[in-house]
Amino acid sequence: MSSAQITDPYDITASSNNLGRRRRIQKLVSFVAILSAALAVALLALVLGTVLFKGLSQIDTAFFTKPAALFGEKGGIADALIGSALIVGMAMIMAVPIAILVAIYIAEYAGPKAASFFRVMLDVLNGVPAIIVGIFIYGLLVVGKGQSAIYGAMALAILMIPMVARATQEILELVPRHLREASLALGVPRWRTVYSIVLPTAIGGILTGVVIAVARVAGETAPLLFTSSITQNQISFDIHNALPTLPVRIFTLSESPSPDDQAAAWAAALVLIAFVLVMNIVAKVIANRKRRSLEGG
Amino acid sequence: MSTVTPDPLAPAPIDRQGIRLGDVLFKGIAFVAAVGVAAVLGLLTYEVFSLAWPAIQEFGLSFIWTQGWNPNSNVYGALVFIYGTIVTSFIALLLATPLSIAIALFLTEIAPGRVAAPIATMVELLAAIPSVVLGLWGILVFGPWVANHLEPWLQSWFGFLPIFSGDPSQAGILPAALVLTIMIIPITSAICRELFSRVPRDLSDGSLALGSTRWEAIRRVAIPYAAPGISAAVLLGLGRAFGEAIAVTQVIGSGNTINESLFPPGDTLGSRIASSYIGASTAIEAQSLLYLAAILLVISLITNVSAQAIVNRFQKARRMSTG
Repeated sequence: MSSAQITDPYDITASSNNLGRRRRIQKLVSFVAILSAALAVALLALVLGTVLFKGLSQIDTAFFTKPAALFGEKGGIADALIGSALIVGMAMIMAVPIAILVAIYIAEYAGPKAASFFRVMLDVLNGVPAIIVGIFIYGLLVVGKGQSAIYGAMALAILMIPMVARATQEILELVPRHLREASLALGVPRWRTVYSIVLPTAIGGILTGVVIAVARVAGETAPLLFTSSITQNQISFDIHNALPTLPVRIFTLSESPSPDDQAAAWAAALVLIAFVLVMNIVAKVIANRKRRSLEGG
Repeated sequence: MSTVTPDPLAPAPIDRQGIRLGDVLFKGIAFVAAVGVAAVLGLLTYEVFSLAWPAIQEFGLSFIWTQGWNPNSNVYGALVFIYGTIVTSFIALLLATPLSIAIALFLTEIAPGRVAAPIATMVELLAAIPSVVLGLWGILVFGPWVANHLEPWLQSWFGFLPIFSGDPSQAGILPAALVLTIMIIPITSAICRELFSRVPRDLSDGSLALGSTRWEAIRRVAIPYAAPGISAAVLLGLGRAFGEAIAVTQVIGSGNTINESLFPPGDTLGSRIASSYIGASTAIEAQSLLYLAAILLVISLITNVSAQAIVNRFQKARRMSTG
């Protein structure tokens, strides 16, 4: 390669007389990039490791079967586990059908303008801080009627809807066009096509979206602070009253100066993080299996 | 395709009216759901403002630049919390943006696929850690480390800067900003990674073929190509940082003054709402907290909508250029 004839000032080979320096910069940049990735991985390991180390020693069967401590007694998280399961379960029941319908409208029925309008709405709703969603439900319902697990679930459902709807809509748009066309050409009405061709094809992706959304809202504290936080810390299944939850429990315990409370906070954090990680792994497995079956078919 | 033998798979004679009804009904329900979700966004904005309305009437816009929060003398102002929100979020952004770009470059340009995939998963998992758990770690492990090691070190080297002056503190603006950094790295780095992986291969190959080093190809081809997307990623990270309340509440302490130094405790809009709302002693204090919520809502809506606008314009330009 002769670079002598080239006079173009933007020519990058013109500086080849600095090759040594340019290679050193290249090495430096690679080093910085590797270091940054290592830092992120180290942070993850550090946080997970600390939670595991500090939490594991506190965990025994009693921790899962007893409710929170009163005074000077070693307590458990049974009440918070039940509350979290009920609230997140209700949120899922509320959010998933609505989210899938919204996604179907955007992907199957809406024109390009309407589709982009509703997509932006979902993204903006997704960007509303969780604490504001808590305040919204607080002002709308809690102010007059008092806290309740149902209102907590509604707040979490508002957070879930945009996540699940966007994930579903993206998957629906990946469903091959020819499947829809074949079905419509056979005279199957549109809604049946969506119900029995498009949704079953997309079910893996939809499930992945749901699982990830569940994992995320299961760790949300701020919306529950306003809707389901003033609790008795007793085992209760009464969804018309506020129920204790895992994240709110961790939040309250973490602000306590007592070492016993802090130890309980670590243990509860370990349970929550284990749930979240397992859900994320489940989502990955579903996504991979679905991809393989699509590729295989 | 046979036209003589009757097709056994042929659909039974169909009731056109029934199909039409089913379709209209289904489309209608889906439409109502979509409109309902859009309406929730509107209702939410209306509700937050109407809850805050008494305080908005009482204090007017000057609330925004009033400093101080004293229920006893009925002085309420948002300036301290707006300052706290902006300072923590911008420090987080300042640290997270270069780190995220570097991580994305590592994953797309440097690491072989076998290494990149698990590391990408781990960076994603960082985003999966619930904020209350990160806050717990922040208050009990990270905060003390910041106070005992990081802040004294910063002071000994950069103590001449007013932002690094004063006594180290376990809870404060600096640890809050660093915890936010950890929270937004996975968001921005995931988007940057996506962007870099979409840089057309022939462009970067062309640059390499002309004799540029990998970094030069990245700097002159990949980064300019991805720049609008990176700015949208940064805005999305910023939106997340503005709105994060729980982890920040746990590590920022609580403060009613603006300090030059980053060491002492402070408060952000979100952290003040989260820590004080339940204990608000008077109606006007509660309404002032809701005024803070309204400000937070407006800030995050603006940030998110701008990010969307950038993404949309970027995609439109891309679609035109590719065909």
